[in-house]
Amino acid sequence: MSADTLTGRGAGRFRLQRFATWDVAIILATLAVIVIAAATVEHFGTSRNAGFLVLDLAPILLLALPMTLIIATGEIDLSVASIVGLTSSAMGVMWNNGVPLETIMPLCVLIGAILGAVNGLFVTALGLPSLAVTIGTLALYRGLAYVLLGDTAVADFPRQFTGWAIGNIGATSIPNVLIPMIVIAGLFAAVLHAMPVGRAIFATGSNPVAAAFAGIAVGPLKFWLFVVSGAVAGLVGVFWTLRYSSARADNATGLELTVVAAVLLGGVSIFGGTGTLPGVLAGVVLLTSLQNALRLASVSSEALTVVTGSLLIVSVLAPNVLVGVRTSMQRRRRRTRSPSPT
Amino acid sequence: MSLLTKAHESGSDAQARTGSTVLDMVLRFRALGLLLTLAAIVAVTAAVNPRFVNEQSIRDLLLAAAITLLLATGMTVVVLTRGIDLSVGSVLGLSAFCTASLLSENPGIPVPVAMLIGLGIGAVCGLFNGMIVHLGKVPPLVATLGTLYVFRGVVYFIAGGGRINASDMPGGFLDFGTARILGIPYLIVIAGVVLAVVAVFLSRYRAGRDMYALGSSPEAARLAGIPAGKRILTAYILCGALAGLGGVLYAARYGTVDASAGYGMELDVVAAVVVGGVAIFGGSGTVVGAALGAVLLTVISNALPVLSIDQFWQRAIVGALILGAIALDRLVGLRVKASLRKKDAHVG
Repeated sequence: MSADTLTGRGAGRFRLQRFATWDVAIILATLAVIVIAAATVEHFGTSRNAGFLVLDLAPILLLALPMTLIIATGEIDLSVASIVGLTSSAMGVMWNNGVPLETIMPLCVLIGAILGAVNGLFVTALGLPSLAVTIGTLALYRGLAYVLLGDTAVADFPRQFTGWAIGNIGATSIPNVLIPMIVIAGLFAAVLHAMPVGRAIFATGSNPVAAAFAGIAVGPLKFWLFVVSGAVAGLVGVFWTLRYSSARADNATGLELTVVAAVLLGGVSIFGGTGTLPGVLAGVVLLTSLQNALRLASVSSEALTVVTGSLLIVSVLAPNVLVGVRTSMQRRRRRTRSPSPT
Repeated sequence: MSLLTKAHESGSDAQARTGSTVLDMVLRFRALGLLLTLAAIVAVTAAVNPRFVNEQSIRDLLLAAAITLLLATGMTVVVLTRGIDLSVGSVLGLSAFCTASLLSENPGIPVPVAMLIGLGIGAVCGLFNGMIVHLGKVPPLVATLGTLYVFRGVVYFIAGGGRINASDMPGGFLDFGTARILGIPYLIVIAGVVLAVVAVFLSRYRAGRDMYALGSSPEAARLAGIPAGKRILTAYILCGALAGLGGVLYAARYGTVDASAGYGMELDVVAAVVVGGVAIFGGSGTVVGAALGAVLLTVISNALPVLSIDQFWQRAIVGALILGAIALDRLVGLRVKASLRKKDAHVG
């Protein structure tokens, strides 16, 4: 081992390994899926479908951004889809009561932030596991969404807004939502990879105790991440409602699973401490374009469920298996190379 | 056996030395608190509508609780080992649909065989979960979140949008769903027997105690020579098998089965377990507590229409109960820890 690192050959392998990381693999896989789908699936490559793909992608991508940060600290937020549902319901109720949309939209983001803050308080102030807390709020927030709207739908939102949500920029085929999406994703990438907060997030995820001793305010950091997650979910609630021009209590049911699957697929460790945003973006694109292509190829939506579930398991299983194989190979190589104890 | 008595001795020893009595109190208080809550809800609802406590509606209530109770029993064992099984709703659906379609094609299959088939389907699903968790070293949450999808997808695949109606199933099987022995429906008897067996297994048998040990400290358990892999596989297989059995009972009770049977049920089951005082991070709790949690949740959802509260509140109440239960456990735990420390300081 030590001899290897001293020689140039070892260093060369090290450099090669740096490129053969999970997120590079996932980016390549994403490109492969897109190229194969464009070549084999009819209508996949059309600009019209690309527009739909972006609209399908938007909520998952937006929710995946704060989810990445939260999972990187070793926590999880399973309540995001329920927050989307609850803000959507709240939007419907406020619209029914004559509140103008210009007021409703920021209020929805605020409601999302408050719901996120509730999660954050349970996790940080009471020191409860976020998994249990957000399973609880997953049920609670979805339940409150039903309490607000029941099984009715509010669908009379003004054209001007719903049209924007699904519309394109001018005469191009670039959806309106693409630009804000890129800006927000860039913002999160900058925070995670170029700012002290990002280092603090990874440090907290790798070892919360050591992070606390290093002067990182672990509690407040986690709290604010949950608040951000809630606020983004509120924003997605607004977008979802406008996109389908329908406020319903069951909007985005089960979406949290897709989001978590995309994040883990993107190479973020469920135990915290590692992960990159480009990887997550690739994970989101891979998952949604695969679903889109399969749907276009008229594969039943049942098969899609199996694909999402399998990808979620494989995304965690594969690195573990690789590590296992690599260590066992190293062990064998060491045994054959050095019969005498070192 | 000698191990058991030894454990008992050291237990009473610890009781005399440290504040183990406080812990006992808390555990007993938990069951007591659940019972009091139950009694309060039943009393209030009965005051509004006395028919809520007549024989028939109590029987209906227990029937409704039986399947959740069965699943909660299996879930308790998995949660005790620091795991979780989110796929139980999908396993129930898979088993319900498979046994129902099998019965509709072969009406001659006797009920016990149908139950064994359901158990088997569930056990295979559980084995699959356990292998991913133990051999693949995938966190239980992620593994079973994935299989929640996969198993449900398989049900949809098999069902293909179809459903099996009561008229397709043999009458003997449907009768079993409502038949009684000594005035008690079979479903309740089965759930009760399973509960008792698992309770004895967890409290009296070595493998059962190992589940607690694994949940309290996996590292220490391994060093103590507990076969962690075997125990974890056992826990997941048991949980899956009981969900499979639940699927058969579901088919017998409701008669109509489609691909969405048991959809979202994992939430109710996790809620029952957590409300019943099983620590979500393993190592403490009993199946009896989880059973009380399941009954409490069923009573609440049955009481809502009687109290003319909108049925839409049910989900929100489940969520609030989960949050309340884990927060309460945490607060009590902190207090117990503080009082233990104080006692230790006195001894030292």
